[in-house]
Amino acid sequence: MAQKMQFDLVSPERRLASLSVEAVQIPAADGDMTAMADHAPLITTLRPGVLKVEGAEGGAETAYFVTGGFADVAGPTVTVLAEQALPVSEVTADIIDGLIAEARAAHDKAVAADGAQGADVSAKFLADMEAARAHVIG
Amino acid sequence: MPNLKDLKNRIASVKSTRKITKAMQMVAAAKLRRAQDAAEAARPYAEKMETVMGGLAQSVGGSDNAPRLLAGTGKSDVHLLVVMTAERGLCGGFNSTIVRKARQHVETLLAAGKTVKILTVGKKGREQLKRDHGGKFVGHVDLSDVKRLGYADAARIAADVLGRFDAGDFDVATIFFNRFQSVISQVPTATQIIPAQFDAPETASDTGSLYDYEPSEEAVLEDLLPRGVATQIFTALLENAASEQGARMSAMDNATRNAGDMIERLTIEYNRSRQAVITNELIEIISGAEAL
Repeated sequence: MAQKMQFDLVSPERRLASLSVEAVQIPAADGDMTAMADHAPLITTLRPGVLKVEGAEGGAETAYFVTGGFADVAGPTVTVLAEQALPVSEVTADIIDGLIAEARAAHDKAVAADGAQGADVSAKFLADMEAARAHVIG
Repeated sequence: MPNLKDLKNRIASVKSTRKITKAMQMVAAAKLRRAQDAAEAARPYAEKMETVMGGLAQSVGGSDNAPRLLAGTGKSDVHLLVVMTAERGLCGGFNSTIVRKARQHVETLLAAGKTVKILTVGKKGREQLKRDHGGKFVGHVDLSDVKRLGYADAARIAADVLGRFDAGDFDVATIFFNRFQSVISQVPTATQIIPAQFDAPETASDTGSLYDYEPSEEAVLEDLLPRGVATQIFTALLENAASEQGARMSAMDNATRNAGDMIERLTIEYNRSRQAVITNELIEIISGAEAL
């Protein structure tokens, strides 16, 4: 049996989860990564995507939809600070479509503003968001 | 001496005032609980944010290509003051203390020859500052239709502020709000949010350099700083909301007590004049009988 570690998921408004888990799959900026106990200390930014928790008490696998933020992995603890986070079961197509519309508006604005640098970032954000939608809603 | 009818009306009116202030006090108490819970719930995020950013700022801050949100524009000529007040009055000195603090700050800045711009959040502060500093207003955020403060509100304000910063509208931004201490004490506070400032991190938790950063230290910091601004604004909004309810609660408590005192005084006066009237009537009857 894998070693347990402390996992906290915090949004600006409240603490969403505080569990003892075996592994956390994090949608990091450069690709998904899984952190287990005694992972090397790491801070990474998040892209919009699904965060999966494995081996929580009760055995259930829980998944959260996050839009951004960062994760602090430090040996026995993993803390994820998400700008917006929802359990995947509560995410509806409407919510996610709203977020995509926002992202698209931001992208259009960035393209109109300078075209190059800002647009790259927002385009990635938009693409990630759409990928996340496909993942969550199916 | 006012006549009996007037006194009676007066007592009735003060009594209904007392009912209203009592109700307001109880509503404020309930809202305060909620606001305090919200502030409490937001604390872990803000604290974590601060430690991570503090560590990062220390390792990146010294370099030449530090983000502008951290290093500033290199000048401090134009100051933006974000003055956060309530949307409603009847909360004691809550709004005035913030406005007074902001006003002092404006005066020191003006005396030092700086340019001042003001962004108001909440109607009451705008009204109070309008007369002296109306020309310095650059915007207003209306929160009157917000029932429950959410991070989205803070993000909106932050986006506004950051947009102005990117456009080069100001060099330094400071937020003014009331920090909640207890129901009877709220401390008007000014916090500089741009360029970001961090308390010197304690040496014990100086683990910043042990971390791996993905994609890179600079990129993480670049991503975090705007979030940090939003978080600080969110914290300030929550503190302010709790302070407002606390201030209203104690103001309404005082008002209720005053009304009670007033009712007592008026009742004594009413009884006295009632007795005087009775005595007068008796004297009239007796002297009438004697005259016969």
